Amino acid sequence: MNPRYLPLTATIAIFLIAYAVCIAQYPNMLSTRVIGNLLTDNAFLGIAAVGMTFVILSGGIDLSIGAVIAFTGVLLAVLLQSTAIHPLAAFVLALAVTTAFGALMGAIIHHLEMPPFIVTLAGMFLARGMAFVLSIDSIPIKHPFYATLKSVYYKLPGGGRITLIGGLMLLVFAAGILIAHRTRFGANIYALGGGTATARLMGVPIGRTTVMIYALSGFLAGLSGIVFSLYTSAGYSLATVGVELDAIAAVVIGGTLLTGGSGFVAGTLVGILIQGLIQTYITFDGSLSSWWTKILIGLLLFAFILLQKGLILATDRRRRHA
Amino acid sequence: MQPASSYILSATGIDKIFPGAKALNRVDFSLRRGEVHALLGENGAGKSTLVKCLTGAYRRDGGRILVDGADVDPQSTLEAQNLGIGTVYQEVNLLSNLTVAENLFLGRQPKRFGLVDAREMNRRARALLAEYDLDIDVTAELAAYSVAVQQVVAIARAVDLSGKVLILDEPTASLDTHEVAMLFRIVRRLKERGLGIVFITHFLEQVYAISDRITVLRNGQLVGTRETADLPRRDLIAMMLGRELVQEVAGEHGAKGEAGPVRFRFRGFGRKGHIQPFDLDVGAGEVVGIAGLLGSGRTETAEILFGAERADSGTAERDGRTLDLSSPRAAIREKFGFCPEDRKVDGIVGDLSVRENIALALQARRGWARPISRGEQDRLADHYIKALDIRTSDREKPIKLLSGGNQQKAILARWLATNPDFLILDEPTRGIDVGAHAEIIRLIESLCEKGMSLIVISSELEELVAYSSRVIVLRDRAHVAELTGSAVTTDGIVEAIAASAGRADP
Amino acid sequence: MNTTLKTYAVRLFPQVAALVVILLMVSIAFPGFFRLEMQNGRLYGSLIDILNRGAPVALLAIGMTVVIATKGIDLSVGAVMAICGAVAAACITAGYGLAMTLLITIGTGLLCGLWNGLLVAVLDIQPIIATLVLMVAGRGIAQLITEGAILTFNDSGLIFIGSGSFLGLPMPVVIWLVFGLAVALIVRRTALGMLIEALGVNRRASMLSGVSTGVLLIAAYVLSGLCAALAGIIAAADIRGADANNAGLWLELDAILAVVVGGTSLLGGRFSIAASLLGALIIQSINTGILLSGFPPEFNLIIKAAIIVLILVIQSPRAQSAFVFLSRPQAAASKTGEETK
Repeated sequence: MNPRYLPLTATIAIFLIAYAVCIAQYPNMLSTRVIGNLLTDNAFLGIAAVGMTFVILSGGIDLSIGAVIAFTGVLLAVLLQSTAIHPLAAFVLALAVTTAFGALMGAIIHHLEMPPFIVTLAGMFLARGMAFVLSIDSIPIKHPFYATLKSVYYKLPGGGRITLIGGLMLLVFAAGILIAHRTRFGANIYALGGGTATARLMGVPIGRTTVMIYALSGFLAGLSGIVFSLYTSAGYSLATVGVELDAIAAVVIGGTLLTGGSGFVAGTLVGILIQGLIQTYITFDGSLSSWWTKILIGLLLFAFILLQKGLILATDRRRRHA
Repeated sequence: MQPASSYILSATGIDKIFPGAKALNRVDFSLRRGEVHALLGENGAGKSTLVKCLTGAYRRDGGRILVDGADVDPQSTLEAQNLGIGTVYQEVNLLSNLTVAENLFLGRQPKRFGLVDAREMNRRARALLAEYDLDIDVTAELAAYSVAVQQVVAIARAVDLSGKVLILDEPTASLDTHEVAMLFRIVRRLKERGLGIVFITHFLEQVYAISDRITVLRNGQLVGTRETADLPRRDLIAMMLGRELVQEVAGEHGAKGEAGPVRFRFRGFGRKGHIQPFDLDVGAGEVVGIAGLLGSGRTETAEILFGAERADSGTAERDGRTLDLSSPRAAIREKFGFCPEDRKVDGIVGDLSVRENIALALQARRGWARPISRGEQDRLADHYIKALDIRTSDREKPIKLLSGGNQQKAILARWLATNPDFLILDEPTRGIDVGAHAEIIRLIESLCEKGMSLIVISSELEELVAYSSRVIVLRDRAHVAELTGSAVTTDGIVEAIAASAGRADP
Repeated sequence: MNTTLKTYAVRLFPQVAALVVILLMVSIAFPGFFRLEMQNGRLYGSLIDILNRGAPVALLAIGMTVVIATKGIDLSVGAVMAICGAVAAACITAGYGLAMTLLITIGTGLLCGLWNGLLVAVLDIQPIIATLVLMVAGRGIAQLITEGAILTFNDSGLIFIGSGSFLGLPMPVVIWLVFGLAVALIVRRTALGMLIEALGVNRRASMLSGVSTGVLLIAAYVLSGLCAALAGIIAAADIRGADANNAGLWLELDAILAVVVGGTSLLGGRFSIAASLLGALIIQSINTGILLSGFPPEFNLIIKAAIIVLILVIQSPRAQSAFVFLSRPQAAASKTGEETK
């Protein structure tokens, strides 16, 4: 088999085995209801993780997404509370702001040649700070349009529901896969992750691509913020702290190389599902505590890092002896 | 002489100046339609600088470049590509994490309904590679294929994009005989199509097998351009390694010849894949020179002697006592020192001061708990700055701001400060100006007089002859000859390299 | 000696200046800012408060500085703080003596550092990824130890570390000052500092010069683990309990920030522990200052972000070359400043 698919295959295998183990213990977990909830509960994380996948594929990192999600939520809540604008207009506004925010970070990273880690860390502080400035309280969103959106779902056989936000996440993943593999921009992202110097030699517009990657991540974080506000019907500046970490974990567990250049958007979806599955299992179990989630995810991270390290070593060795 | 229009590419009077060194000095180079033109020279001769000036990776500081008779001034490799000049490097400059087809069509993927038409792209990629007799899965990652296949993909991309001039920079360095033959078939076919091909290599057999003309560079200067058919191998080697001696240096070989008793003895020392086992004796106060063309195993010999690569066979002794050379740290404890060839990567610690760079090896040997006091460091640095005439405004200047020659002297000072008994110098005089050059040679001679044992690797044969009492000749990662006494002459070395080179076929 | 002092002065000038400016600005908004009082043999006042509140980040910054100097980064320190706090609380409530508790806790921190160091030095995994593992799993491990609850204790000895005082100064201040001084002295009075800088700038050249690069790398992460253990003990002692959820949360970012504000490059090489400690104080002064000056605390993060961006832009290679270009006459002066960095 092509070694490039190995991490992805491993991820899928882990998910299937884990799910099988869950079902063996709690047959109730084999239901469309559980699957529907898995999608709905992780929708905001999944959407943000798509953006993170692109950033990591290009060899960067984006620490700001959790803060941007919270900021978007607060912005929507404040807009809907104190102005009369329609939620859809507010959505557009929020997306424009977060996209511009991401583009700005990308421009700083490229033009000032600063490490993405620090730039997006500053971005994280800034976004969280703006959320605080807008409001430090949790603001409920009571707009009737929200209730309308929340009532939209597709009923699966067996009683499960694909909610609007769950479906949106799947759509975003589909779009992400399309961008990654069927656009020049997508190829350029992989090229950047393969090596900036070589990519430049091969004619990839480095600056434009970098800005677009972080803009896309900002856009998706904004979209994730909208989804999160739909999910919780509120905007709270202290929400979604540390979501960037969950997203990074999902990306790595999804088989993407943290050093960039190799991985699949689809893998991230499986990574998200694995994380969600662990939580669902713990809920079903009732006696297990939530901290096992973190420990398990840490172990999975370690396993995947080792796997990829081994793959890289094997490829190197094979090439040296070629 | 053919009319100028028959040249697909011609460069005249190319100058390139780097801080502290003139990398190219009024170099002329011309390429005919449908010829394979070998560009030869040792490391630092200016081959890659010339190529980079032609492909726009560097801006030249003087001279003209004509493509198809029209003046051009490429500012980037992309622009050079559009002018028709494509390049393929040894370390394949494609993205190994993309598929073969993506590599071929990056930035110009065929589209359908606004999306990349992967099927069409793959079809075209297969068609393109079929011209090169390559039938592979174009949807697989490039990394999945051997360097030879990657090389062909790179050539296919370069020719498809540019189509007039193809520059092959050491394309055969990591290929086996069979793969080289495949590559040459492709080169001949491209030649028939009228492309001008520049071929850079250090395998002389390949030069004679494929090239029509040869241009030799040395120290940034053009040595000459000849028809391959009219240039005997021996003359070619002489052109590359040079015979015009810096008279001043040659005049004073004082130290050589009077080697003391053997002090360091290596038997069957080697490492698989790096250098075949060799025997080597070095006496006190003796300089043993190592000669050979690029890639013959010179640096590998140095690295294994210093423990940078651990030997997997053989023994090393000093006066009958077994030496531990398992790591640089162990070698340093045995009073070994090593000035590496690639100063920037392996030698200098750029951001640290000249003082700290000089004190580093001594400090590392003493261990962290026994620091060299600041006063001692200052004295050490000042002593060597004066003794070796290191030109720096002050000892606290970051070493990366010094010129190449002065960096080299500072690295030498780093090792002299450890008071070594066995010093390995890998190309100590490469890429440094004439003045510093002579000083380093004098230094080698005086160290030798003081009883130090030295191994000096150099592609400057006159230099080797001037200070070495013996010269080991390398080829194909093996020691093939040892010249002693009156046999140590430039002619002798050239002959030894040529003789052994002629013996085996590629 | 005189020249060394001068070098230090030049090196630390930007951080000292920034700190002074920030303190002066706060004092304008909050007149009583510089007032110090002695009560029950202990100093009280806003300045002391800054020193005290800044203790965990200051401690973390010490280890982080050394790790960053080796061209690495340690994302796990916040989680290690939580683990060590939990271990300390668990040990003391289980009836071990204070000395034993401290020993076990510090041992835990060293072990965590060793784990990171082995991943980086032996398995050759990128530091940011290697330490991510413990960052994610570590908090879970801490929660496992405390079983999710806040594990409280009332051992007076342990509490003394968090809220006691020594020579009029709060214990946390004494600890970070003494520890910072000790590490700085060890690093600078031995050859460690220079060897670490050499390793951070050019690992291969250092190895070829005989520097034990592997051992040094591991030592750097072990030191970082030790710092996290001390910070974890202080944080737990301060609230008389181990809060696995919140102890040290996001402090790794503040610690990295302190190092960066202190002028140590994320690309490794030259470092200054004193400057990082000043960086930690600058961050804490901003936090405390905003609180005291009656400025809405919401602006805290925005101001923090603005200051980071400012400092980073000034440090970026592009901006520096622009400065040199714009200020040719002073180029010589700014160059000497650069060299001492």
